[in-house]
Amino acid sequence: MTDTLPGAAIPNPLDEAAITAAVEAAVAAIAAASSLEELKAVRLAHTGEKSPLSLANREIGGLAKEHKAAAGKLMGASRGRVNQALAARTAELEAENDARILIEETVDVTAAPRRRRAGARHPLSTLQDRVADIFVGMGWEIAEGPEVESEWFNFDALNFKPDHPAREMQDTFFVEPPEAHLLMRTHTSPVQVRSMLEREVPIYVLCPGKVFRTDELDATHTPVFHQFEGLAIDKNLSMADLRGTLEHFARQMFGEEASIRLRPNYFPFTEPSAELDIWHPGAKGGPRWIEWGGCGMVNPNVLRAAGIDPEEYSGFAFGMGIERTLMFRNEVSDMRDMIEGDVRFSEHFGMEI
Amino acid sequence: MRIPLSWLREFAQVPAGATAEDVMAELVKVGFEEEAVHRPTDTLQGPIVVGQVLSLVKEPQSNGKTINWCQVRVVPEGQEQILTGKGIDPSGVQGIVCGAHNFVEGDKVVVTLPGAVLPGDFHISARKTYGHLSAGMIASVRELGIGEDHDGILVLSRIGLDPEIGTDAMELLGLYDQAAEINVTPDRGYAFSIRGVAREYAHATGTAFTDPASKVNAPAALSGGYGVKLNDDAPIYGKPGCDRFVARTVRGVDATRPTPPWMVSRLRLAGIRSISLPVDISNYVMLELGQPNHCYDLDKLAGDIVVRRAAAGEKILTLDGKERALDVEDLLITDDSGAIGIAGVMGGANTEVSDSTTNILVEAAHFDEVSIARARRRHKLPSEASKRFERGVDWQLAGVAAQRVVDLLVELAGGTADEAGTDVGTAPETATIELPASFASERIGIDFSEEQITTCLEDLGAAVEKTADGYRVTAPSWRQDLETKEDLSEEIARLVGYENIPATLPVAPPGRGLTRTQQQKRRVVQALADAGLTEVLSYPFVSKAANDTFGVAEEGAGREALKLANPISEEHGYLRTSVLPGLIEAARRNLSRGFRDLALYEAGLVFLPDGKLGTESIPPLGAKPAPEVLDGLFDGVPDQPLHIAALMCGHDSPAAAGHAPRPWDWADALDAARLVGDVLGVELVVSQGSHQAFHPGRAAQLALRSGEVVGYAGELHPKLLAAHDMPARSVAMELDADAIFDAAADVIVAKHISGFPVATQDVALVVPQDVPADAVLAALREGAGELLEDVALFDVYVGKGIEDGKKSLAFGLRFRATDRTLTADEASEAREAAVAVAAERFGAVQR
Repeated sequence: MTDTLPGAAIPNPLDEAAITAAVEAAVAAIAAASSLEELKAVRLAHTGEKSPLSLANREIGGLAKEHKAAAGKLMGASRGRVNQALAARTAELEAENDARILIEETVDVTAAPRRRRAGARHPLSTLQDRVADIFVGMGWEIAEGPEVESEWFNFDALNFKPDHPAREMQDTFFVEPPEAHLLMRTHTSPVQVRSMLEREVPIYVLCPGKVFRTDELDATHTPVFHQFEGLAIDKNLSMADLRGTLEHFARQMFGEEASIRLRPNYFPFTEPSAELDIWHPGAKGGPRWIEWGGCGMVNPNVLRAAGIDPEEYSGFAFGMGIERTLMFRNEVSDMRDMIEGDVRFSEHFGMEI
Repeated sequence: MRIPLSWLREFAQVPAGATAEDVMAELVKVGFEEEAVHRPTDTLQGPIVVGQVLSLVKEPQSNGKTINWCQVRVVPEGQEQILTGKGIDPSGVQGIVCGAHNFVEGDKVVVTLPGAVLPGDFHISARKTYGHLSAGMIASVRELGIGEDHDGILVLSRIGLDPEIGTDAMELLGLYDQAAEINVTPDRGYAFSIRGVAREYAHATGTAFTDPASKVNAPAALSGGYGVKLNDDAPIYGKPGCDRFVARTVRGVDATRPTPPWMVSRLRLAGIRSISLPVDISNYVMLELGQPNHCYDLDKLAGDIVVRRAAAGEKILTLDGKERALDVEDLLITDDSGAIGIAGVMGGANTEVSDSTTNILVEAAHFDEVSIARARRRHKLPSEASKRFERGVDWQLAGVAAQRVVDLLVELAGGTADEAGTDVGTAPETATIELPASFASERIGIDFSEEQITTCLEDLGAAVEKTADGYRVTAPSWRQDLETKEDLSEEIARLVGYENIPATLPVAPPGRGLTRTQQQKRRVVQALADAGLTEVLSYPFVSKAANDTFGVAEEGAGREALKLANPISEEHGYLRTSVLPGLIEAARRNLSRGFRDLALYEAGLVFLPDGKLGTESIPPLGAKPAPEVLDGLFDGVPDQPLHIAALMCGHDSPAAAGHAPRPWDWADALDAARLVGDVLGVELVVSQGSHQAFHPGRAAQLALRSGEVVGYAGELHPKLLAAHDMPARSVAMELDADAIFDAAADVIVAKHISGFPVATQDVALVVPQDVPADAVLAALREGAGELLEDVALFDVYVGKGIEDGKKSLAFGLRFRATDRTLTADEASEAREAAVAVAAERFGAVQR
């Protein structure tokens, strides 16, 4: 410390110059303190009982009455300045100290362990929910049904004639005994029939679910896959309503640039029937048309099977594969990835698609 | 259906340079999907020319083979060789080494010259072999990719050709032609013909169409021909199996004549192998017109032909050389000797035409779709004929097709047609369809003009009559699929073009969103993922053993499972009664790929047959079944509840610096199960469980408050884990989610929250080892009364200070009153009351 204390010399509490010098010595010492420990020593030296200012203060008592006020004022202001400087410096040093401790506590955040495993939804399941939400937003309801189904719901009610080749094209898993006429549903259309039987018209339902065909598993086929089928029954529905609904849905799924194309096709349960292609602007390898599903106007025989008068009501239906949608939307190139249960597949998607 | 373009051009306006791809692009507009392109020039390139063998020197080789050193003239004598290139001899004569021996000097053959490319990316060049420079190859049909015959090289005279030397052999053999393969939907049988596709091509392009049937001059009536009787005494659905049979006789044919190359080429492109001239003609006419037909060796027939159902025990030897036992529903072509053909499916071997056949009886008949479909399925005999009959053949066509076969037999096989012929049967009634004027417009959403409607329907071949309120339409004979006004509106929309249909968005009535069950399912599935588990979706096909192991706990009736009649594989022949086998399979796959810490879950249906299975019969289509029939259909479908299962093995998190992961244990499985209950607000009551798939001492049974058991959780049985190569201590849970969904309260009644201070008391109770902690806890809860807010087990101790066979359970009790601050005495009193019940029930002693 440069400003050495004047030893035993007690400043006169009326000597403004001497008192000011003592204050300035104290303030300088406070400012020079670089740690709370040093500051403590400075505080003792400049405000302690033996400090010049304390000693000078004590002198006030012995002064003549007419000098006491002036001395008291001088000393009060002087000691106030010192205490203020002390408080300020204390706060400063404490803040520095706190900051230093925090810096010292620094860890390598990049080395943090993951103590909690992140779970994941299967993307087919997430996509199914996404599709359902779009239709729920349009005021449609979601309908579900059994996977083992009566042949009537799966075929006859849907206007598949018993001996027609269309019935065989479905590659059906049958349940024993054959006399029971039970099978694994080959499409989610039986849920449409159930919906028509259980609900009052108008009907706007989406039926998502698992379906089964006797295909061997390979990169593009699987015996178990997922579909979603829509059914609308109302007065005066036309193919234009079908197109409008599919276009709206396609844009929700693939963005405003998406559009759809209908091509003539045949399904026993719809007449007219169409194949549905989607224009996929973001397709791998450039924008192109992709086969997405089938659709059409509900065949009057299907309405009759559910007791709905085809002269009064008309309807449309459509069906798409969820696997197929995931394949071209998310560039999954091998169907097997979806069914093998390799955790890397689901975990890559996490909770989203 | 494969359509050779040269054939299509005969009847439709296909532009000169059009490729198979161009044709398919047109056909897809009217509803025929593209399948493939068949184009020989994709794998075959010239120069490939006709050559004449000038000389042939046999040269025995040291390896035992004899080769022919040939001089082959490939340019007519006196003309210049205009081809140039390495290995092309300017003299017009090529020296070629050939290993085949089925030809002689003077034969005209196909020569692939240096520079040619053959199928298999085989490049022809001049090369040194057997001491000569062999400049080209004398080709076999196999080398040209146009046949399987490898008996030797193709000698042109043997297929009836004597072209000029130097002729382009690819042209000669039809190898510049190409075929478009399209998919024909099952409603459009007529499109399994050049005739049908040419008409559709005309629809798609708006160009002219010539009906091949119109080019055939069939007599208006036939009589005096071979005797034919139609005796169907068991029609299916009231429709006679055969309602028209035309028979024509051609005599003096030479069945050994080669089929002309243009016909062979078209048949080949259409996917049909050339067999013999009469058979090729028969197939050619079928492809061109869509009418299957058959040639019998007239001299092998015995007596009149009778079309009838098979008798019990009757047999036939079919063309493919197999003896087949017939079903009484099979429709047969018979003569005095018995069955000579399964109608519309396959002919018999005994009356087959052969090289020695000189007199032929041609059959062109019309058979019922269902009758043919059933016979084809029964005998597993999918044939070109049955494919067409099943989908419907033009009734009017039989006479035309028979005439076309006759004409070709006369023209190509040197036969003479009998004047007399046979034509028996009755034409089906031609139904008319009433099409209300505005129906198509309303159904399609396009405002069709009257002219559009009439033109479209007439283009199809329909007869259209204007009525007071619309149109009366008679569908053409080849479009039996057109039955309703809906069918007609599709045709109008198809020909006008689906691309012209506008888009309008119908508004559904106000909905109710997801149902409560749908929301519950979503919440559970999401909660398990949020808790760190990974969702998988496995197949529901399992083995019987898997169901026995993981299915319902009790032996007996409940252990039954549904069996598939036609499973993908026998070891996966049953439908699951538990979701766990699929999770184990998925876990094993992950383990084998190096992932050892797993937590998997799946929500899926299980199949629980219970008594009545299905229905004995199925009501007909097109009508709503009677209520009791419908009830029967609903009731016959087995119970299929949603199950949720989870499987964990290894550790709960990845090992990392500063973090020791914890092995999954039985309590984690229980936690996963309880999480399901928690997110649904349903309490799952835990008790010591017993299930064959679980460790006998570490299985929890989970039940609803009502006592209904809804699942199990705990450590899997060590032996089971070992048998499945699964890590020891793997844990699992499975719940009947539907049962839990049902148990959830519709409305949750609020609970009063007290702001008064809590009073906590701990108690340690010594009880026998086999007393479940949960039971002691329940006793404490019961005894403590209303002041108890919560009680939890916080320690289990066995060891020093505790008698053998006993354990110490430490519980923390939280007391609180709703209306006052509890005194220490009040809390202690409640604790003592709680302990008293535990003491009474389990002999619990306070430590």
